[in-house]
Amino acid sequence: MAVIVVRDLVRRFNDLVAVDGVTFDVEEGEIFGFLGPNGAGKSTTIKMLCTLLKPSGGSITLAGFDVVRQPDAVRRAIGLVFQDNSLDDRLTAEENLLFHGLLYGLPRATIRGRMDEVLAMVNLDDRRRDIVHTFSGGMRRRLEIARGLLHHPRVLFLDEPTVGLDPQTRSAIWQHIHRLRQEKNITIFMTTHYMDEAENCDRIAIIDHGRIQALDTPDNLKRGLGGDVITMMTVDDSRLQQEIAARYGVRAVKDEEGLRLQVGDGATFIPRVAADFGGQINSISLRRPTLDDVFLSLTGRAIREEKLSAADLMRLNRRHGRRH
Amino acid sequence: MQPALRAIYTIWYREFIRFIRERSRIVGMIGQPLLYLLIVGQGISAAMGFRGVPANVPVNYVQFMYPGILGMSVLFTSIFSGVSIIWDREFGFLKEVLVAPVPRWATALGKALGGSTVALIQAAIMLLLAPFIKVPLTPLIILQLLGILFLISLSLTFFGIAIASRMETMEGFQMIMNFLVMPLFFLSGAIFPMTNLPSWMAFFMKIDPLTYGVDALRRIIYADADPRVVEFLVHYSLGFDLAVIALMALVLGILGSWSFSRQE
Repeated sequence: MAVIVVRDLVRRFNDLVAVDGVTFDVEEGEIFGFLGPNGAGKSTTIKMLCTLLKPSGGSITLAGFDVVRQPDAVRRAIGLVFQDNSLDDRLTAEENLLFHGLLYGLPRATIRGRMDEVLAMVNLDDRRRDIVHTFSGGMRRRLEIARGLLHHPRVLFLDEPTVGLDPQTRSAIWQHIHRLRQEKNITIFMTTHYMDEAENCDRIAIIDHGRIQALDTPDNLKRGLGGDVITMMTVDDSRLQQEIAARYGVRAVKDEEGLRLQVGDGATFIPRVAADFGGQINSISLRRPTLDDVFLSLTGRAIREEKLSAADLMRLNRRHGRRH
Repeated sequence: MQPALRAIYTIWYREFIRFIRERSRIVGMIGQPLLYLLIVGQGISAAMGFRGVPANVPVNYVQFMYPGILGMSVLFTSIFSGVSIIWDREFGFLKEVLVAPVPRWATALGKALGGSTVALIQAAIMLLLAPFIKVPLTPLIILQLLGILFLISLSLTFFGIAIASRMETMEGFQMIMNFLVMPLFFLSGAIFPMTNLPSWMAFFMKIDPLTYGVDALRRIIYADADPRVVEFLVHYSLGFDLAVIALMALVLGILGSWSFSRQE
């Protein structure tokens, strides 16, 4: 059964169309990912799903409730972990959870029981009486996830849940997310612009310029590309790019890895290109397509080319600064 | 519990806990009015006496100023509490409240009640000073004072919320202090009497709603004093003062809740 139903969703900001006719369903118990570069419309969509922003057009039904007409029913059914910190860092971990429970109308006795449950889940039970101010970025994020779960939502929204976190913390948070889904059959809707993170999702919608470019499981998306990806370190990227296009009719893309191109059968292509352009190539490697390659073939750009935006940098700095 | 009630309670409770935890804020908010009363008050009366007062009226400048300083401490604390929503937005907590299944107006009211509670605690501490400057207070007077101060404080916190709902960052805060809060304070009759002033200034004092708050405070504090003192200090009837304060509370309460509910 679909727990989120989105039809022809549109959001305009003056002349800018941030979300341009998006339609999809999310099934109960699924980990569903929105993957795209900054500014693709991910955050705008998640805000509309969470009742924080009114759609300019289209409809959203969440857990059977209409997001525009029954916002309070929707709010009770969802938990949210924002991209930016939304804890009160002058309060203790317990107090942050208590206030959340009170706002969602849970009796105090219930709150106490669930506090133990969610704090244990994110391994923060030993820090429950500490002021959040003293927590690291990863601990804060875990506490926010704990808080988002306190009222037992049917859908948990994670907006860039691991941005700015170190790799260990990221993988720890993912472990929590998988366990949650297993134990509670909770639906998880997340946005990310990390490719490796998107691999954790059951299904991914690739979004760019406010539209869904593709929607499938990570494996199907990659399989859909077919063939292999070849990357080459060359003497002169631009020159070889043109010569490869002229000789084989294959479009190569320049990125920080060097020249990247997609071919049907890599094992036979490599000897050919080595024989034809041997003098210009320093190294060649062959790999299976990744989600990044999928994104590239859909949009003509690589996500990882995207530099951090000013807002991202500020966010990272702020998080980092407050760790001390 | 009803969603509105639990929002009011939760937000109020958070304000209260944060207040208790921030010792420096407590020291600051008691220190500032003390500074005005002891240094500005004593300094001005030492340098200039209290020349506005007729010779036969037995009141000194510090006694004149005391009710005004009570009003001032409530003014600063309340506006500051309301405007602190900007910090909540900056550091994220506001989002958590905005997506909770509770009405926004109730959140604003909880915030206003929290700000008023803090302001009243501060005022209660200031009342402890009354015996030292020879202002006799009775339990009834104290109760009436706290009632008036509560109304003033509620309106001003709502005012702060209304301002904060329109401000993106803290950068405008200094502007608000200089061009709004300080004039409200100076023109309220807190530190100089409304007599013998240029007419433009008398006009501004009359349209400053705080004037009526300070007037009511003086009326209550000096209710049992020499009639000449009352006649000199108080300009309006208590009923009129109360009507103005109640109207201000209503208008600012609606403005504050409305502005807060409108923000995205």
